Amino acid sequence: MAGRVDAIFLALIAFSLFFTFAICFLIIYFAVKYRRGSKADRTTTAHSGALMEFLWVFIPFVIVMGLFVWATIVYYHQYRAPDDAFEIYVLGRQWMWELKHPEGKKEINELHVPLGRAVRLTMTSQDVIHSFYVPAFRIKQDVLPERYTSVWFRPTKTGTYHLFCAEYCGTRHSGMIGSVIVMDPVDYESWLANGLEPESMAASGAKLFRTLGCSGCHDVNSTVRAPLLDGVYGHPVPLETGQIVTADERYVRDSILLPKSQVVAGFKPVMPTFQGRIDEDELLKVIAYIKSLGKNVRVER
Amino acid sequence: MSATIEEVETQRTEENYLTADYGIWSWFFTTDHKRIGIMYMISITFFFFLGGAAATLMRLELMTPGGDVVQAETYNKLFTLHGVMMIFFFLVPSIPAVLGNFLLPIMIGARDLAFPKINLASWYFYMVGGLFTVWAILAGGVDTGWTFYTPYSTMFSNTSVILAVVGVFINGFSSIFTGLNFLVTVHKMRAPGMTWFRLPLFVWAMYATSIILVLATPVIAVAMFLIILERSFGVGIFNPKLGGDPILFQHLFWFYSHPVVYVMILPGMGVVSEIVACFARRAVFGYKFMAYALLAIAVIGFLVWGHHMFVSGQSMYGSMVFSMLSFLVAIPSAIKIFNWTATIHKGSLSFDTPMLYALGFIGLFTIGGLTGLMLASLAIDVHVHDTYFVVAHFHYIMVGSAVMAYLGGLHFWWPKMTGRMYPEIWGKLSALVVFVGFNLTFFPQFVLGYLGMPRRYYEYPAEFQVLNVMSTAGASILAVGYVLPLIYLVLSLWLGPKVGSNPWNATGLEWQTSSPPPKHNFDVTPVVKEPPYAYSEERNLT
Amino acid sequence: MTDVAHASSPHLAHHFEDMGQQRASASLGMWTFLGTEVMFFGGLFAAYCAYRFSSPDAFRIASRHLSVLLGSINTAVLLTSSLTVALAVRAGQTGDRKEQVRYLLLTMLLGVAFLGIKAVEYSMEFKDHLVPGWNFSYSVLHIPSDVPERTAERTELFFVFYFFMTGLHALHMIIGIGVFAWITHRARRGEFTPEYHTPLECSGLYWHFVDIVWVFLYPLLYLVDLHK
Ligand code: HEA
Ligand code: HEA
Ligand code: HEC
Ligand code: CUA
Ligand SMILES: [Cu+2]
Repeated sequence: MAGRVDAIFLALIAFSLFFTFAICFLIIYFAVKYRRGSKADRTTTAHSGALMEFLWVFIPFVIVMGLFVWATIVYYHQYRAPDDAFEIYVLGRQWMWELKHPEGKKEINELHVPLGRAVRLTMTSQDVIHSFYVPAFRIKQDVLPERYTSVWFRPTKTGTYHLFCAEYCGTRHSGMIGSVIVMDPVDYESWLANGLEPESMAASGAKLFRTLGCSGCHDVNSTVRAPLLDGVYGHPVPLETGQIVTADERYVRDSILLPKSQVVAGFKPVMPTFQGRIDEDELLKVIAYIKSLGKNVRVER
Repeated sequence: MSATIEEVETQRTEENYLTADYGIWSWFFTTDHKRIGIMYMISITFFFFLGGAAATLMRLELMTPGGDVVQAETYNKLFTLHGVMMIFFFLVPSIPAVLGNFLLPIMIGARDLAFPKINLASWYFYMVGGLFTVWAILAGGVDTGWTFYTPYSTMFSNTSVILAVVGVFINGFSSIFTGLNFLVTVHKMRAPGMTWFRLPLFVWAMYATSIILVLATPVIAVAMFLIILERSFGVGIFNPKLGGDPILFQHLFWFYSHPVVYVMILPGMGVVSEIVACFARRAVFGYKFMAYALLAIAVIGFLVWGHHMFVSGQSMYGSMVFSMLSFLVAIPSAIKIFNWTATIHKGSLSFDTPMLYALGFIGLFTIGGLTGLMLASLAIDVHVHDTYFVVAHFHYIMVGSAVMAYLGGLHFWWPKMTGRMYPEIWGKLSALVVFVGFNLTFFPQFVLGYLGMPRRYYEYPAEFQVLNVMSTAGASILAVGYVLPLIYLVLSLWLGPKVGSNPWNATGLEWQTSSPPPKHNFDVTPVVKEPPYAYSEERNLT
Repeated sequence: MTDVAHASSPHLAHHFEDMGQQRASASLGMWTFLGTEVMFFGGLFAAYCAYRFSSPDAFRIASRHLSVLLGSINTAVLLTSSLTVALAVRAGQTGDRKEQVRYLLLTMLLGVAFLGIKAVEYSMEFKDHLVPGWNFSYSVLHIPSDVPERTAERTELFFVFYFFMTGLHALHMIIGIGVFAWITHRARRGEFTPEYHTPLECSGLYWHFVDIVWVFLYPLLYLVDLHK
């Protein structure tokens, strides 16, 4: 990805250099040639200015639209994560980054990732807006409170790279930095095994699912009529209102905090809100659990 | 009409706008647009040096990677102060409120602006707004950045945000009053024969600027008002926990602040058109296209605000539309650059101080604008957003172009405003110093930005130091370049040689009345019989 | 109506050529000013719409609590005042001093009546603890128990906009009434003639604008959930 961004950048530099030099050259050339008192020929031919104007509207327009399309295509790919990406959860807060691996390992201001695998970050903030920025990967995404944003990358070279907070977030904004460490997959596995927290995100989510009482309704054996959650994640869900939405993090989060806002077609809005009973950290875990329920085709009860 | 210099000097009695009245109150209660322009000039100079002093401290701090000169809190307050002062209290009012105020009525042959009292009120609003902001600084400063992003500004910052926001809010009225006055004046008060397409481009620029001022400023007033509400009462407008949306603030803010960048540059384009035509002794090439381009920039400029929010989490397709429109707004700017170049072609060029600034403007605006295109490219902006690349982009346009144009205009019309000439040698020297210092300060920042140095950083990784030291060195040269004109322009008020009505042999109504102009601008209302920039061989006297 | 008469009018400011120019400038100035007002309220309406869209239920529930009756009466009052202003301006054009004063007084009276009714509404809402940032509590809204707490909390946002927008509108009304007081004074002295009545005309424009703002506020705030 970095290469593709740099390619556009270089193209734009070439384009800019061309125009800058062309204009500076012309100005200096005219300045010398037509300086006051010089003997240059100043008779003007009555040529049509309109043609010139048209040309220098039309040519830049074509070039510029070409650049726009190119940059937008690359952006589109920057924006869409591939399906095989594995998930890391990011929590920004004044003034540190908390990163959680799917296996449950938690890091502060450091992110270890294996070489060659696509990584998708699901991010939220506990307070103000931050921005997750790794210059070497050419990625940046604001991290907002009460909302999930995501960004992805695929590291292509081992090494240690800067991680910055790019959105001004208060006094120690410039201290909200860290590093991304890209490791050989083998090294990564052993790093991961080393001091692994007893539980993965999904496993703690499974526990919460029981202790919070979700399973009381969403379990196969439950007496309450509630949808099974297996395979919900990432799939379209038809709503009472007739809309069809994709069950992404935001949707699951809203289902838990604002169940009334999106009622699944064919169900009663009996699910209580868990607003105030579940915190950001736990939410992430429950979401991880629901994701882990597999992407198999949805089972209708 | 073209009297020789000696004649003018004997003809004129001492009666001009400066000597028509004496005493401090004759200034504070004046409704004469020329005096109000002078009052604006003095006040914006004060705020410029205030903002400049903050920049000086920032650059000192950034000389080393660690934090040593000031504390992190102080640094954050410094760049906020710097941005707020430079944008709201220096650059937005600079050319419109100083040169526009002074010249616009004279250029169209009117005796004053349409609403002289509102014009005076605009200066008072400006000063009260400025004082609130200075008060905010004295009360401990503000640390939100000039963008006041929520929820930081509403819920987390514990500095004097409200005072500063009130200052910006009040200052908004001054912009609106100025814009309103200009619009009505251009529409209704042109002298006989001064048709729309005989207006100097400077007037066109003021007209386009005024449209933006009048339509965009009320929106920032709303945004600032909502910040005050939210910060005082915590009602949840920008608090996502209560259903508010912090991004909404960004939309409101940029809906104003993007168009307003054109408030800062269009007047500069107007000034440069006047200067280039005069010192090339040629009519501006493609005059009508130049006028339409100004209007086009003003109109399209309203539709691109989302390009500041590409990574904020706004919808992807929204970003694409904003990106495309940002590319479009570059086209009329390109027209202007090409037409200026074509104006020089086959001219008869002299390189007096104003011309040096104007040529500097063209070069630096090209660079600043083309890097704006890079920012408008989605894939690139994701990388360079909120890095020094952006900082370099807007300094190239705002310092390199807009301030250059302001200085060029000031030198060009200085003899008209004061009746005295500054020392040409010093003028040329400081134009050169500014140009060199400027590039040394801000070019390294493009590199820094692409390498990934985020902005608003008080400390930074050591690998960025070399470029930062270059930048700081440049800033000190730049400071010299700005202090020099201050000194020699002020001194010229007493020491400068007196000049006649038209020292540059320029066309334009302002050069047909005496220097300094009489209180009511013209003894007889002029009648315009020719298009602007009617430079010809006979006029090439000097 | 000859131009000579204009040029010598005592109302002609020094920097204008003639009365025609002066009048055209004043009215263009007024229109431009109203343009800025449109953008100002437009910004607020945009913010309102954003939240109405993101919390539709909360806005519906909260809006139910406003008194549609009082709101409608106020709408009628204000529209009538627009009529009286128009009549006052017309009287200005014909130079009928008595009529000018009568209609201006009537307009001010209607304006005060509007503000009075608004004040009654405000005080009711204050008693019901519905003033955000002051004493807000949504308990009086009788929110059905199946509505999540989060939605209930967002009713506060509705009231933020309600108070902010109607408050600003009321401020505009107060300014308008103040302006009319001064205009009435001048009308009584017979300053407005068929040749010169620009101030009357401009303040009339302003009043119409304030009315129009209300015409938008009324459905947006009071009629959100009418069909229930
Ligand atoms: C006077 C001020 C001014 C002006 C005129 C401009 C002009 C432009 N700006 Fe700039 N900009 C700012 C001041 C200004 N900007 C500021 C202050 C910020 C940062 C705010 C903050 O975050 O604090 C900013 C940020 C900014 C961003 C957001 C960056 C980010 O935060 O990620 C973007 C993105 O699109 C952008 C784009 C543009 C474009 C496309 C133009 C165009 O109008 C430029 C058009 C000009 C040209 C293109 C050059 C001339 C043409 C030629 C030489 C001919 C060749 C050209 C072609 C063939 C097309 N600007
Ligand atoms: C018109 C607008 C304008 C102008 C003219 C300038 C002028 C300058 N700016 Fe500007 N700058 C902004 C608008 C402007 N800036 C904005 C909007 C921001 C963003 C703020 C934000 O992030 O919120 C910014 C941010 C900004 C930063 C980034 C800070 C950061 O992100 O951490 C830097 C860093 O180098 C910088 C430097 C400078 C310098 C060196 C000058 C020089 O050109 C100034 C030169 C002038 C002088 C030096 C004054 C004259 C000399 C004296 C008075 C000497 C006496 C001084 C002492 C004794 C202390 N500015
Ligand atoms: C009282 C029973 C009940 C409890 C307890 C409950 N739910 Fe639900 N849930 C429902 C019902 C009924 C629906 C379908 C109607 C709807 O969408 O609101 C649902 C819908 C959902 C959905 C959307 C499912 C889809 O198919 O799109 C998710 C996700 C969900 N619940 C997660 C949870 C989690 C996590 C918990 C515990 C923290 C929980 N629920 C607790 C009854 C319950
Ligand atoms: Cu977090 Cu800046
Ligand atoms: Cu912009």
